[in-house]
Amino acid sequence: MNGLLKLSIAMALTLYAGVAAADKPDTLTIGITGFLSGPASVFGEPAKAASEILLDDLNREGGVGGVPVTAIWVDEGAGGEHVLSEYRRLVQDVGVDAMFASISSGNCKKVAPLAEDLQVLNIMWDCGTQKIFEENSYRYVFRTQANATPEMLSTLLYLLKTKPEFESIAVVNQDYAWGRDSWHIFSTALKQLKPGVRVVAELFPKFGAPDFSTEISRLLALRPDVILSTSWGGDLDNFVRQSVQRGLTERSTFVLPLMESSLQRIGLDMPEGVIVGGRGDHYFLHPEFRHDPEFQAFIERYKAETGEYPIYPVFHIAQALSALKGAYEKAIAANDGAWPGKEQVVDAMEGLEFRGLGRTVYIREDHQGVEDQMIGVTRRDPAYDFAVMDHMMIFPGSAITTPAGMDSTAWLETLSDSILDLPVQTYRHAE
Amino acid sequence: MDPILLVLATLDGIAYAALVFLVAVGLTLIFGVMRILNVAHGAFYAIGGYAAASLVLSISDADFSPWLSFPALLVAAMGVGAALGLVIERFLLRHIYAKEEVLQLLVTFAAFMILEDVQRLVWGVQPYSATDPVRLLGTVDVMGIPYNAYQIILLPVIAVMVLLGLRWFLRRTLSGKVITAVTEDRETAIAMGIDARKVFTVTFVIGAVLAALGGALASPTTAIQLGLGAEMIVLSFAVVATAGLGQVEGAALAALLIGLGRSFAVYLVPELDVLVPYMIMVLVLLFRPQGLFAVAEKRRI
Repeated sequence: MNGLLKLSIAMALTLYAGVAAADKPDTLTIGITGFLSGPASVFGEPAKAASEILLDDLNREGGVGGVPVTAIWVDEGAGGEHVLSEYRRLVQDVGVDAMFASISSGNCKKVAPLAEDLQVLNIMWDCGTQKIFEENSYRYVFRTQANATPEMLSTLLYLLKTKPEFESIAVVNQDYAWGRDSWHIFSTALKQLKPGVRVVAELFPKFGAPDFSTEISRLLALRPDVILSTSWGGDLDNFVRQSVQRGLTERSTFVLPLMESSLQRIGLDMPEGVIVGGRGDHYFLHPEFRHDPEFQAFIERYKAETGEYPIYPVFHIAQALSALKGAYEKAIAANDGAWPGKEQVVDAMEGLEFRGLGRTVYIREDHQGVEDQMIGVTRRDPAYDFAVMDHMMIFPGSAITTPAGMDSTAWLETLSDSILDLPVQTYRHAE
Repeated sequence: MDPILLVLATLDGIAYAALVFLVAVGLTLIFGVMRILNVAHGAFYAIGGYAAASLVLSISDADFSPWLSFPALLVAAMGVGAALGLVIERFLLRHIYAKEEVLQLLVTFAAFMILEDVQRLVWGVQPYSATDPVRLLGTVDVMGIPYNAYQIILLPVIAVMVLLGLRWFLRRTLSGKVITAVTEDRETAIAMGIDARKVFTVTFVIGAVLAALGGALASPTTAIQLGLGAEMIVLSFAVVATAGLGQVEGAALAALLIGLGRSFAVYLVPELDVLVPYMIMVLVLLFRPQGLFAVAEKRRI
């Protein structure tokens, strides 16, 4: 009898273990949404090219826990409805193990509740809206990079540290959610940290506007000390080129938090002394890693295959992949080496630390990633046919990210001058 | 409003209107003669821009004189306009002249979308920019504000030349008069022995070259990127509708009206910048549903 009891307990335990540990699959499939058409494909295409290189490297080293990883891309350029239906199809019919969605903040907002419904791990790999985890809480949704608040706050801190004497500012942002929200964050923090700065013009030209001549004439007449633009892609290229042609960059200090992604296209038209950023510590000459052999090998391979140096979405996709690998490995370890179930992988995401191609990022309890931010100023280096970054400051993500459970606007309104004393590392460009 | 700003806003408006006019006039010419609203016009604009930017970039890569970039803009526009215009007229439009207007609109819209994908295949997704022509002409100071000579002198001069050239061509030359005849009354013109087919081909190619020229002339001032064609076709349609479909001189005035409206909006109420062209269009159409300059349509039997 005793023996029988022992046997049944042993059987029950085996059964239980069988439930917790899933069968090891032949491949791990992820679905990735990104813009492969339309203006934002300047971000989607580099990320896609990078994902192929990174997955190739990953699979050559044995994949994730011995399982090779494949990716299926969905074009966000085909519209939000298309993204949602493809998302559903990939999860329900193809049976992907995780989704990476998306570049557009609008798509992230739509996809997050869907991921909860479908109970699939969703990594928001590039979108920037800070509202996702401030307005809702999710079990299956995580963000493996910072959000708009630390991105804007670090830009403002850099400006206040390097040009503390400015008295007036103008903004020229794209007329859609990102352009409006980023200015709201920046101006809220500005009012708090340097009250009395005059906002002389708030211009929101249409998304995709090809011509900024009128805006530039007006800014030339207004002569603001600082001009901020969080635009990106062709819009940013146009605004910068047209401003340079008309001499506006000589009259005002330009602050362009997404410029890292346009530097190579603008080439030598880019003047020196412009404050630039790349949505995190994303830079192909990252001062802390540029001599790291793994980092160098990736940059060289990416350059050889695409003809360009990588820009920030490349770093973002690297972070998402690294987080996925980290979560599986953490879950496997927690599962005594057995292949984990989907829920166990989701559990492993919280508190995860991982490294893509920049500094280490960690996932907070509200699923927001905490990532350091690098801002610098443009300068010329004869070794490159475009402007590079100098006087780079890396701001610690933990100090400039809205605390979990707080609303960004409310938090920014509590900021005090002490944040300007934040210890930051400063790096010079090494020729 | 400060008188200085008044002058600045006017200059900005004129420069903007010049480019819009070049595209809109081709659209209105094609509609006037063929009664087809050619959505693919936006794609001609974009491809003209891409081709011009590529040509100018290859000139500077090959270390030729940068001044060659000016004729290059023209060559790119003519090449693209003539090639695309001929192919699309001959193999697509010719089959649908007798069909319903809705179908014609859908077919040119389909052509527009196919051509968007062609742009993606040929030029990829990165914006193209070739700024040599703007740099060569330098800036002129107007009351302490530097303006690009390219934008406030060259573009308006070209727009006026195109306008006068078209007027002269349509009124003083035989081919032009034939085109005008088909515009005024297609049936009678055909009955008089005019080869309407040939007129259609010639008109469509001229219209396509004008669209491509607009794109080519825009390329030094703006990055040519995906989605640019859609932006332009909507705006030039607003110009054409405001002027009255088929009105060449009207298109010039409407472009000026919309260009000035937009630039004054940026100075006075920047929130309305995007809306202004369409507000002008709606206002005009409320009072003159045929457009500002349309003559009352003759009854057709």
